[in-house]
Amino acid sequence: MSISRADIEKVAVLARIKVDSEQVSALEKDLGNILDLVDQLSAADTDSVEPMAHPLDAVQKLRPDVVSETSQREAFQAIAPATEDGLYLVPRVIE
Amino acid sequence: MHNKSVAELSRELESGKMSSVELTQQFLDRLKSEDGKYNSFITVSDEQALAEARAADEMRAAGKATVWTGVPFAHKDIFCTSGVRTSCGSKMLDNFVPPYDATVTAKFKQAGAVCLGKTNMDEFAMGSSNESSFYGPVTNPWGLANGDKRVPGGSSGGSAAAVAARLVPAATGTDTGGSIRQPAALCGITGLKPTYGRVSRYGMIAFASSLDQGGPMARTAEDAALMLNVMAGHDPKDSTCIDRDVPDYTATLNEPLKGLKIGLPKEYFSDQLSPAMEEQVRNAIREYEKLGATVKEVSLPNAKLAIAAYYVIAPAEASANLSRFDGARYGYRCEQPKDLMDMYTRTRAEGFGNEVKRRILVGTYALSAGYFDAYYLKAQKVRRLIQQDFINAFKEVDILMSPVTPSPAFIQGEKTTDPVSMYLEDVFTIAINLAGIPAMSVPAGFVDGLPVGLQMIGDYFSEARLLNAAHQFQQVTDWHQREPK
Repeated sequence: MSISRADIEKVAVLARIKVDSEQVSALEKDLGNILDLVDQLSAADTDSVEPMAHPLDAVQKLRPDVVSETSQREAFQAIAPATEDGLYLVPRVIE
Repeated sequence: MHNKSVAELSRELESGKMSSVELTQQFLDRLKSEDGKYNSFITVSDEQALAEARAADEMRAAGKATVWTGVPFAHKDIFCTSGVRTSCGSKMLDNFVPPYDATVTAKFKQAGAVCLGKTNMDEFAMGSSNESSFYGPVTNPWGLANGDKRVPGGSSGGSAAAVAARLVPAATGTDTGGSIRQPAALCGITGLKPTYGRVSRYGMIAFASSLDQGGPMARTAEDAALMLNVMAGHDPKDSTCIDRDVPDYTATLNEPLKGLKIGLPKEYFSDQLSPAMEEQVRNAIREYEKLGATVKEVSLPNAKLAIAAYYVIAPAEASANLSRFDGARYGYRCEQPKDLMDMYTRTRAEGFGNEVKRRILVGTYALSAGYFDAYYLKAQKVRRLIQQDFINAFKEVDILMSPVTPSPAFIQGEKTTDPVSMYLEDVFTIAINLAGIPAMSVPAGFVDGLPVGLQMIGDYFSEARLLNAAHQFQQVTDWHQREPK
C-alpha cells in the first residue's frame, strides 16, 4: 500500500505539522513502508469479531459531580509561553 | 555501596550504619563522575534529592520509615515531577517544569524514596534504541569494554543503562510495546510490565493510552517486587486504573515452583530468533525444569499480526494524545508566529523529532475519513484475536516463556535509517501490550558478552506469580548479578 504526496500533504495539515517538499519525499518512502507492514491486517478474518477498546472491557467509572480541585491558574500559567491578565496569549484569531 | 540492591540498601539504612544523606551524596557523586559514558540521565536533581534524603532521615528518626525510606532511585523522564523538568525526551518539553506530581511520583515520595533525577528515553517513548531522544542517544554499558557503542534498547533505555551501570539500584520505566522489557533484556537487568490498569497513568505523559503501562526496572526480582508494592493500586485520577486489591508482591517470592506449568509459544521460537539466543533461552527454561516446572509447546496463531495491529493502534492514539502540544499553554512555541495556524504547524514541526512526526502522521492517516474502518477498527478486531490466543494458552499453562528480543544489543546507528527494521525489534513483546497482560524480562545468559533476556508472560494480574518465578530463578543463577566491565 503506497501513500501519495497529496495524501501526505493533506495529513500534515490535519496533524498541524509543517512539512517541506524535501520531507514529503522521505515521508513518502517511510510511511509507505509502515503502511505495507500494517497491510498484513487485511489478511486476517475478523468478520464476527468485536473490536477491543480495553483489555479488561472495563467501563468508565463516574465520580460524584462535586468540586474536588482548587484553582491553580497561577501555577499553570507560570509555565505558559505567553499570558496576560490571567489569559493565554496566542496570535490574533479574529480580525 | 553502588552494587547493593534496594533491599540491601534499605537494611543498611535501617541498621543506622549510614544516613540517607550520606548514601544519596555517594550515589550523586558516582552518577556525576560516571554518566558521561552512558548519557543515561537527562536531569540530575541534586538539590531535591538531598532535601528528600534529609526528610527521609527525619522520617526514620520519627519511627515512620518504610522499606523505601532514604533509598535512592530514578524516574524515567516521562513521569511528571513537581518542580523538576519533565522533558519526555523531547525538545517540545525541554522547558516544561510540571506544577504537579504523577501518581507514581507521589507514591514514591510518600514512601520516602529519594529520586536522584530523570532518565533518558526515546522521544515520547517512541523507539526501541533510545536514539530518538532530543538529549542524544544512551550507550549500553555492555560492550563498551570492547570499544563498541551499543544501544541500551528503548524506550526506557536510560533507566535500563543506569541500573545496569550501578548508577541507581532501581528506576521506573513505561512499556507500550516492549519499552521496559526490551531495554531490560539488552542491559541485563530485571523489568516488569504490569497488567494494563495495575499502575496509575496519571501524570505519566501519554503515548498510546490503551497500551501504556508503568512498571519497575531493577537488578533483582525482589527489588522489582518492592517497587511494584509502591507503584500498584487504584487511582481515581486515572479512569482506566483497575480498582483491585494490591498484594504484597514480596510475600510470595519464596513459593516453590514445583508443578508450575510453562508454555513455550512456538511462534516465538521462529527463524527470526538467532540460534545462539535460542540456546540461552532454552538453557534458562531447563533451569525451571530442574526447579520442578513442566514444559509444553503452545500456539499463539495470531501473534504474527501483532506488529501490524500495533502500528495502527499506537500511532492513532499517539496522534490524538500529542495534539495537546500546540504551543499555547506550556512547552515549546516557535519564534514569531504570524498567525494561529503558523504557530501550531511550526511549533509542532520544530518541537517534535522525526520518529514522533512519522507516527503522528501515520496515526492521523489511519483515523482520517474513509480509512478508520480499514485501519483502526480492523486493528482493534485483530487485537481481540491476539488476546483470545493468550486466554486459550492460559487454560493450559501458568506462564509462557520466550526470548524478549530476536538478537542482543545492536550497534548505535544500525537501524536508524529504516523505521520498519526498528519496529521488528519488538516482535516478541508487542502482543503482550495488545492483550494487556503482564510480562517480565529476566537476565538469562550472554551471547558474545552481551546480555540475553528471558520473557515470562502471565495471565491478568499474575504479577506476584511472575515475580516469584523470576526470584526462584535468580536463587539458582547469577546472570542478574553480572556487572558490565
